[in-house]
Formats: sequence, structure tokens, C-alpha cells
Amino acid sequence: MAYTFRGGVHPDFRKDSTSHKPIEELKAPEIAVLPVSMHVGAPCEPIVNVGDIVDMGQKIADSEAFVSAPVHATVSGKVIEIDKRLHPNGGKVLSVVIQNDFENRLHPSVKPRDYEHLTEDEIIAIIREAGVVGHGGAAFPTHVKIKSGVGKVNRLLINAAECEPYITSDHRVLLERTDEVIGGVTILMKTLGQSEAVIGIETNKHDAIAVLKEAIGGRQDIKIHPLKPKYPQGAEKQLIETITGREVPSGKLPADVGAAVFNVDTCGAVYRAVALGVPVMRRVVTVSGSAVANPKNLNVRIGTPLENLIEATGGFKEEPNKVLMGGPMMGVAQFSLSAPVIKGTNAVLAFCENEAMDAKSSECIRCGKCVGVCPMNLLPTYLYLYSENGKLEECEKYGVLDCIECGACNYECPARLYLVQSFRTAKQRILDKRRK
Amino acid sequence: MIELKNVTVSSSPHIRNENDTRSIMTDVIIALMPALALGIFVFGPRAITVTSVSVISAIFFEWLYRKLLKKPSTIGDCSAAVTGILLAYCLPVTVPLWVPAVGTGFAIILVKQLYGGIGKNFMNPALAGRAFLFSYPVIMTTWVKPHTPLPLFLNPVDVVTAATPLAQMKSGMMPGASVFDMALGQVGGCIGETSALAILAGGIYLLYRKVITPRIPTAFLGTVAILTYFFPRGNDPLLWMLSNLMSGGLMLGAVFMATDYSTSPVTKLGQWIFGIGCGLITVMLRYFGSYPEGVTYAILIMNATVWIIDKAAKPLRFGYIHGKRGAFGK
Repeated sequence: MAYTFRGGVHPDFRKDSTSHKPIEELKAPEIAVLPVSMHVGAPCEPIVNVGDIVDMGQKIADSEAFVSAPVHATVSGKVIEIDKRLHPNGGKVLSVVIQNDFENRLHPSVKPRDYEHLTEDEIIAIIREAGVVGHGGAAFPTHVKIKSGVGKVNRLLINAAECEPYITSDHRVLLERTDEVIGGVTILMKTLGQSEAVIGIETNKHDAIAVLKEAIGGRQDIKIHPLKPKYPQGAEKQLIETITGREVPSGKLPADVGAAVFNVDTCGAVYRAVALGVPVMRRVVTVSGSAVANPKNLNVRIGTPLENLIEATGGFKEEPNKVLMGGPMMGVAQFSLSAPVIKGTNAVLAFCENEAMDAKSSECIRCGKCVGVCPMNLLPTYLYLYSENGKLEECEKYGVLDCIECGACNYECPARLYLVQSFRTAKQRILDKRRK
Repeated sequence: MIELKNVTVSSSPHIRNENDTRSIMTDVIIALMPALALGIFVFGPRAITVTSVSVISAIFFEWLYRKLLKKPSTIGDCSAAVTGILLAYCLPVTVPLWVPAVGTGFAIILVKQLYGGIGKNFMNPALAGRAFLFSYPVIMTTWVKPHTPLPLFLNPVDVVTAATPLAQMKSGMMPGASVFDMALGQVGGCIGETSALAILAGGIYLLYRKVITPRIPTAFLGTVAILTYFFPRGNDPLLWMLSNLMSGGLMLGAVFMATDYSTSPVTKLGQWIFGIGCGLITVMLRYFGSYPEGVTYAILIMNATVWIIDKAAKPLRFGYIHGKRGAFGK
């Protein structure tokens, strides 16, 4: 018996080209570009200067703000530039550029520790210092999530849904780094004072479910919750609702309904930070899509230019007409491969003409398919009408701010309308107006 | 350095379902074919002539209007063809050939394009066209006996007419035709309306292709079934109910016209309310109105309420469903 949520779509998942391929280590880049903002929250300030020699795992940028996460050097070498560089989420962001000396010198702070006796606050401090953020894509600082959940949370959920088409990085992490994930889950349970954790996983990853079951063994405190493969099952609110039946109210956080959700690879990062003393320096990235010659799952240093990933997979076999960071439903289109891999980069995809459909919009025919698939139970037809006509108050009344931008309506629309783009604009305009 | 030369940078999502407006309308046309086959079988090849004139003139008016106003052509979405077929289906086979042309002209130009084209009209164009054509009551209510030989293009003269089951039922009597004949369309009536089974077959195809949901047809037919069963006007309730369900334009209306996207609600609850409203008004008009048939006006009246229904039936948003602040349950 697998569980699911209301609404959603069934795109062609196309995970077969990478789901069976073991994670490969990608060579460290000659130059690592580390933006000071790879997370939700305040950007960091660089704490190194041009000319400094840095070690792997050395903190190079930090912030006083609570909602923020420090940045670490992912190669050893010399800081050659601190300037605005292209960011995969768009625009230019202040970045620390390090010339790799290929000595792979580890910073003295990177060493395993005995963490069994540590207090909750100490563990949270370690997670913060290691710069751990949500690895699912949104990159919300993990220590903030834990801290704001302590005392409120009574359900700890682990997100292994991985519902975006093509992406298999979490799948491979589950298969190959099961112990790290389970170790991270155990640390999170302890820190949040939970006696139980539930791993939500889509049933199309049956091999991962089997491996997880074996790793859990006789433990009664970690449970597996099978989910039907459907997009957007991995959206935080939908996952909480599917597993616990609780709905996170509009404008509230998961902790407000007593839930905390962590991505599987985030659990791995927590384990590496707490047990091994390793800050976030690498992550697994799926490189796939119809334009990629030899799709792979790569273990990549943060700060590696996207170009290196494409080269490592044999380059483009066809001229791509779209390159994405992230999945095809919520990923960000790239115009240059010089942008670096950041902490939230779970995939780099390149598509040829037939896959990325940038169709011409026609007129809304009011078919109502968008209404049927909206996981937030909104009325995209009416929202679109109001937002296209600049009726922001109506948009707000019809709940445009609750839109999670999952793209299900947009995917289903037979008139090929750019619904999500319209809603994003409306949301932005409403928020701008509020600030005034 | 690998350069990206011809990439598009656009907002997510970057993939789409393969269905578009044209493929949906093509599905509707496919679903309408069994009814046409039955129409040809019962009324002869003139059924093809009337339907063809209707479809061609509908496409012509759509093209003409867009051309005159220098707007992009929309005949490619096939919605005008659907309107043409639907209008022909609710005409008697004996109509002179200018009738479908005038009807589609009214439907496409006045009802559809003047409001902005596909998706913007608030009344079903085919039904509004039919309602307009009732200005010629004699032409619109001349019903030939099934299998009468008719000229292909000339106006039929001296045809043997037959009362439709619906006309007989108007007075509260059971129709002369058996339920079996009515299911197979072996009765007098409009080209595409007579065979309930052929229309239902098309409806099942539309459901299978997820073009429509079962909500509106179920609510519409269900309401008519319940009302006629419990108020059988002195007849056997079951036979009376079945005769009502299979006579007139009810099946065609419930499956193909009340489900018209532009003129029906998009909310789930709204679709139920809309269907029930159509059923209620249909039975009221059939029992108490002066025309034998009530489906056309029932749907047109409900068309005018769609926005109000959608507003009233707005679904509870995520996070509000289990109480104001979200359920904390279990």
C-alpha cells in the first residue's frame, strides 16, 4: 500500500538513464567559485582576503544572521579573486574564487569526533558551523530548521521522494551511502528529541527501499512510508500531509503543525558534519537529459563550474536548446556553463528540442485541468486571469501566495500557458506592495 | 569553454504534457463519430450533407472573423469544427442547407468571437445557434420517419413526418417507440441526438481520454433520472425514467454540451451544482414548459450562472481543509 496526496501530475520520470549508475567522483576543478549565498537567508561576508592560502574545509565566509549558513573552501589553494560572479539561480553574486593547488590539504578542524555525549545545542552549533543546508534544492539552513523545531516537533520526516523527473542523486545516495543517511537520521532524532523517524520514499525506488530496510534491520524507531510516484510528492507540505494527515496552514512553517522534514542527502551532510567533522564541500549531482552523451551521477565539489560536469559526461551529443540546474519541473534555466555547482544543485540537465517544450501559448480554454492537478487546491484558471489583468487583490484573495510554484498546472495546460511565470510575477508584485 | 549558443532561458517548468487544445478538440470530434454513424444509418446520406455544411461554414466564419479583424487564425484548434458538428447534430435532417450556415454564423460570430473567441464565450455556441434557429419553428420541428429516402442537397418536400418520442411524452403519455428503439436511435429526431448508446460510447471515450470528468454528466443525468422516476406522471416509473433519459437532446446535452469547457464551472463542487441545475431545469421545462424539449434552454440558463457557481464553490485551499489552522490530528 503506497500513499499519496491530492492533485499532482504523472510526467514521464525518465530516471532509467542514471538510476543504476554508481556515483562517480568528479575531478576537483582548477578554479572553485564559491558564492557567499547558496542558501535561503542572509548572504555571508567573506572572511578571507585575496592572496590568502586556504585549506579544504576552511571557513571562508560567514554571517552574524541567524538564518544563514557559512561557506567553506572545497579545494586547497590560493584565493585569487573576491568579486561578483555568475550564480546558477540568476544574476551575479559575490563569490570567493580559489585557485586549486591540488594538494588536497585538509583544514585542521576537519576531523572525526566522538559525538555521543554532545548536547543538542552543541550538535546544532556543529551543523551550523558546517554550513549544512537543505540538499533537496531550496537550501534552507538546517540548523534553523532544527532550532525552530525543538520542542514543537513531534513528527520527524525524511524526504526520499525525489519526485522530479531525471534526478537520481538522492536515489544513489540511499543505495550507496545508506549508513551515512541512517546515521544522520539518528543524530536528527536525538537533537529533536524524537523517538521515531519516518522515511517517505516513492515506490519506484524499490531497490533503495530494500537497502534501507536492511540497514534499518531490527530498529523499530525508523519506519519506511511508501509513496506513490507522483509529482510533487517531495514538496514539503505535500509530504507532511501524505504521511501525517496534517496540513501546514497558509504562511506557516512545518514546525507549526509539529513536523520537520529533512532531505536524505541533508541527513548524510548532518552525519558527515557531526561525526566526521566534514563541512559541506561536495554533493551528488545527476547529469542527464537528451543532449548529454553519457548521463551520470557525479560526486562534485561545490564551486565546480557546470561546464566540468558536462565534460565529464562526454559533452553534448547534440546542441542543447535548454540547460537546467535542477529538475525539469522547478529547475533554473542557464545561459552559461560558467556558473558553479552550489549546495542545492541536485541535477544539471541539458535538453534537445523535443524534450524542452517551449511552446507558443494560445488562449485559456477553461478546461479546468489545472484545478484538478493543483496540490494546493488553488484555481489556477482564475488566478491566471486575474494576474494577467493586474488584479492583485483578487489574486491574493484566490491564494496566489500559497502557490508553491511546483508547475503541475503549467505542465498540464493544453493552451500551453505560462501559468507559473504569471503567478511568480503576481506574488512578487504583491510582496513589493506590502513592503511599501 | 563550451558555449551555449541557442538555449532558451525561460521560467520553470520546462516540460509539458503532450496534450494541447487541438488534440483535445480532435478527441471530441472522434467521440462524436458514433453518433454521426447512427445518424447516417437512420436518416440516410443527407445527414452527412447537413453536417458537412455546418462544419465547413463554422470553420469559414471563424476564419473570416479573425481575418477581418487581423487576429491570428484559430481554425487550427479545431474548436470551430466541434461547434459545427454539434449544431448539425441538433438539427432535423430535413432542414434546408442554409439553416446550418446561418446557425453557425450566429454561433461563431455573435456567441463566440465577439466575446473574444475560444474560452471567452459564456454560452455554448452550438446551443445558442440552435436557440436562434428556433425563430424558424416549422423547419426546426419537422421530423421525418427513420429510413425515409431524402434528396442529398435539395429541400425535401412532402415527407412523411413522425412525432418524436418527446412530443408524445409532453402530454404525459408513454412514447410509441420502445426503450430499445430509442437506445439505438430508431426514432424521429435530430441528426445526432437520437441514439443514446452511440452518444454514451463517445462519452466513455472522452472519459477514458480524460477530456471530461464524469461529474457534470452524472449530476445532469442523475437529476433527471431521480426526478422522472419519482414523478412519473402516472406511468411505470422505470420505463418513464428510461424514456426520458433517452429522448430528445438529453444525452447529447449531458455528455457533449454541458461539459463544454468555456461554459461550465472548473471547480469540482461547481460542476456538481451545474449538472444538478441543468437536470432540474430540463425536467421543469419538459413537464411545465411550452416546448417539448428543455435541454437546450436548461444548459443555456446554467451557462449564465457559471461564474457565480465557481465563486460560490471555490474549494478550500490546502491548509484550510481540516479546520482553520490545519489539522494537528493523529
